Amino acid sequence: MTTTDSTQALAADRAATSRTSASSAQKSASANLNVIKAINAGLRRSMENDVKVLVMGEDVGKLGGVFRVTDGLQKDFGEDRVIDTPLAESGIVGTAIGLALRGYRPVCEIQFDGFVMPAFDQIVSQVAKMHFRSGGRLRLPIVIRIPYGGSIGAVEHHSESPEAYFAHTPGLKVVTCSNPVDAYWMIQQAIELDDPVVFFEPKRRYYEKADVDLDGSPDLPLESARVVVPGTDATVATYGPMVKTCLDAASAAAEDGRSLEVIDLRTLSPLDLTSVYDSVRRTGRLVMVHEAQRTLGIGAEVAARVTEECFYSLEAPVQRVTGYDTPYPPARVEEEYLPDLDRVLDAVDRTFGF
Amino acid sequence: MTVETVADAAGGAPPEPELVQLLTPEGQRVANDHYDALIADITGDDVRGMYRDLVLARRVDSEAVALQRQGELGLWASLLGQEAAQVGSARALRQQDHVFPTYREHGVALCCGVDPLRLLALFRGVDQGLWDPNETRFHLYTIVVGAQTLHATGYAMGVQRDGAIGTGDPDRDAAVIAYFGDGASSQGDVNESFIWASVTNAPVVFFCQNNQWAISEPLERQTRVPLYRRAGGFGFPGVRVDGNDVLACLAVTREALQRARDGEGPTLVEAFTYRMGAHTTTDDPTRYRLNADLEHWKLKDPIERVRAYMIRGDLADQAFLDEVEAESEQLAVHLRAACRELPDPTPTSIFDHVYVEPTPDLVAQRDAMTAYLDSFAEEVAR
Ligand SMILES: Cc1ncc(C[n+]2csc(CCOP(=O)(O)OP(=O)(O)O)c2C)c(N)n1
Ligand SMILES: [Mg+2]
Repeated sequence: MTTTDSTQALAADRAATSRTSASSAQKSASANLNVIKAINAGLRRSMENDVKVLVMGEDVGKLGGVFRVTDGLQKDFGEDRVIDTPLAESGIVGTAIGLALRGYRPVCEIQFDGFVMPAFDQIVSQVAKMHFRSGGRLRLPIVIRIPYGGSIGAVEHHSESPEAYFAHTPGLKVVTCSNPVDAYWMIQQAIELDDPVVFFEPKRRYYEKADVDLDGSPDLPLESARVVVPGTDATVATYGPMVKTCLDAASAAAEDGRSLEVIDLRTLSPLDLTSVYDSVRRTGRLVMVHEAQRTLGIGAEVAARVTEECFYSLEAPVQRVTGYDTPYPPARVEEEYLPDLDRVLDAVDRTFGF
Repeated sequence: MTVETVADAAGGAPPEPELVQLLTPEGQRVANDHYDALIADITGDDVRGMYRDLVLARRVDSEAVALQRQGELGLWASLLGQEAAQVGSARALRQQDHVFPTYREHGVALCCGVDPLRLLALFRGVDQGLWDPNETRFHLYTIVVGAQTLHATGYAMGVQRDGAIGTGDPDRDAAVIAYFGDGASSQGDVNESFIWASVTNAPVVFFCQNNQWAISEPLERQTRVPLYRRAGGFGFPGVRVDGNDVLACLAVTREALQRARDGEGPTLVEAFTYRMGAHTTTDDPTRYRLNADLEHWKLKDPIERVRAYMIRGDLADQAFLDEVEAESEQLAVHLRAACRELPDPTPTSIFDHVYVEPTPDLVAQRDAMTAYLDSFAEEVAR
């Protein structure tokens, strides 16, 4: 059976269960989308705007990816632009480099955080360095999408937060969204950028919904942090899946009469800490929260820079709430490993103990 | 397109059949001089034993799927349809051989004496594999696709250095078998393992269960030639076997393992089979494949054909079949209860075994966690 035959047969098979596609959602200016659908809509728009944009990865075609982020894209843009690749991550990124050199803008999907490692060499030794190596002559506008983070009850390698490895590598931009609106715009901004971007998607927040204005324009450049909730007593800086956790913590703190300012970093490389410095100069207290392991994580860099920039404003040492320095543990104990509302509030309390 | 294997190129060996089969789907024994000789010692007892293995493997699997549906497991990767490939190859192993599995080798695990409860514990999220690989010779499940093929090759290089091949002593000469899938065959690691095994002449058998799917991707996304023919390019023999035929899998794997033990190097076995279930319990195969294919493969069921063969040849009666059925039911009942009783790990257990000895940093983090958790207990007490 040819691919076309089977595509048609499958379509018939599934006719009864066909769902509204993102493109029909796009007709109305605003849509209530979860993070998955928002990225899907963003990808779709980028593909419509630029025929050079390609999507490639394992199971991204007919299946629409294991999380359905690329749902319907192969049907609408064809197999040349939405490529079900062989099962080989080094190959996905390595061939994306070649495609980019030929003028394409590949968006690679890595199925889960833990499976980016076979591609690590291509990303760190090739993607990150090509522009530098060529004296600026060559550009690699590649986006590498990685669903990351835990709390989904998964087996090993499906819950990791490897962002620091990439943020440690000059030449890569590293960003992460935390909500549907940012997801929709940031993926498009990442694709438009001529630098390679590692785009981390907080998989435990994939099903969070929000109204997304599909026709507007992004309210922030890609490489800037966002003050999500203003506050006066302490600053909480975080990103990705922990933004919601910290917002919940801020609500809980508010009930106790304590005002937390929550900042979503959004960009991990380059870091945009201007709003963090401003905030810390007012509050004197900073709690840095991420799921990733503590040692040499993003929090370590933030703490160092805040100490350098805001030393005389600090009332307490920067506190970190992070995963522990262990491999990501088995699912039945992951909630003890991951920062949660209580651990964030506990750290906030500690900053008031000085 | 013709792709020669080393054997072909060498001239002498007869052209390999497309698919080694000793039992038809209807349970008819197919004569094959070469492979018949390799299982000439197999008695009625052995056949009944393998039937029992097949049934128990399937029962563990269906029970695990049910437990996942009930929320007792986080995930399960079903082996449905691949029982013969696993049991046939595992029953070819000797006491001193070693196994490097993927995440789907539940049937092999069973044959190696791994308590199926330990498999459930992994998929429940209690641990990441707590059976003893040294005692069972069944190494830990590897979830990163393809990585274990290099581990197997390295292990085989160790066996080679220990002089545990080619002595002619059936209790000493050892082989290693690496399991992997059709999708995995695309990974760099797998291709590197072929090169290493070939160049070092390592005593390793690469056992590829070609179930024709890598999640949603059909075989065509991974290869243009039948997978067994890849071996030729790397410089060792490859053979394709009916993966739903337990006798053929036994015979072919026996031959490959013996070549390895004799110091003749690696073999690639492609067990041609079909993934009858979803990729895992989170997968929805109706999105990418047709029911018709499934129906077609149902007719090739690996267990039914052994049952038919036994009945036809008077190797088993209804009483035996009932006995196996009862045993599998008992195992299922046991697993159902025991799975629910698996204790959750304690929070501080995450600090154990990061290193052989805990580092000062980790001790401090563990103490901090303990103090933090105790503070809740105090709050409750107050
Ligand atoms: C390096 C890596 N990439 C991606 C995955 C996600 N994944 C798990 S199983 C699988 C498909 C494997 O297909 P195959 O090798 O044919 O084995 P099967 O599952 O069919 O037994 C994928 C892509 C993974 N586990 N490891
Ligand atoms: Mg497969």
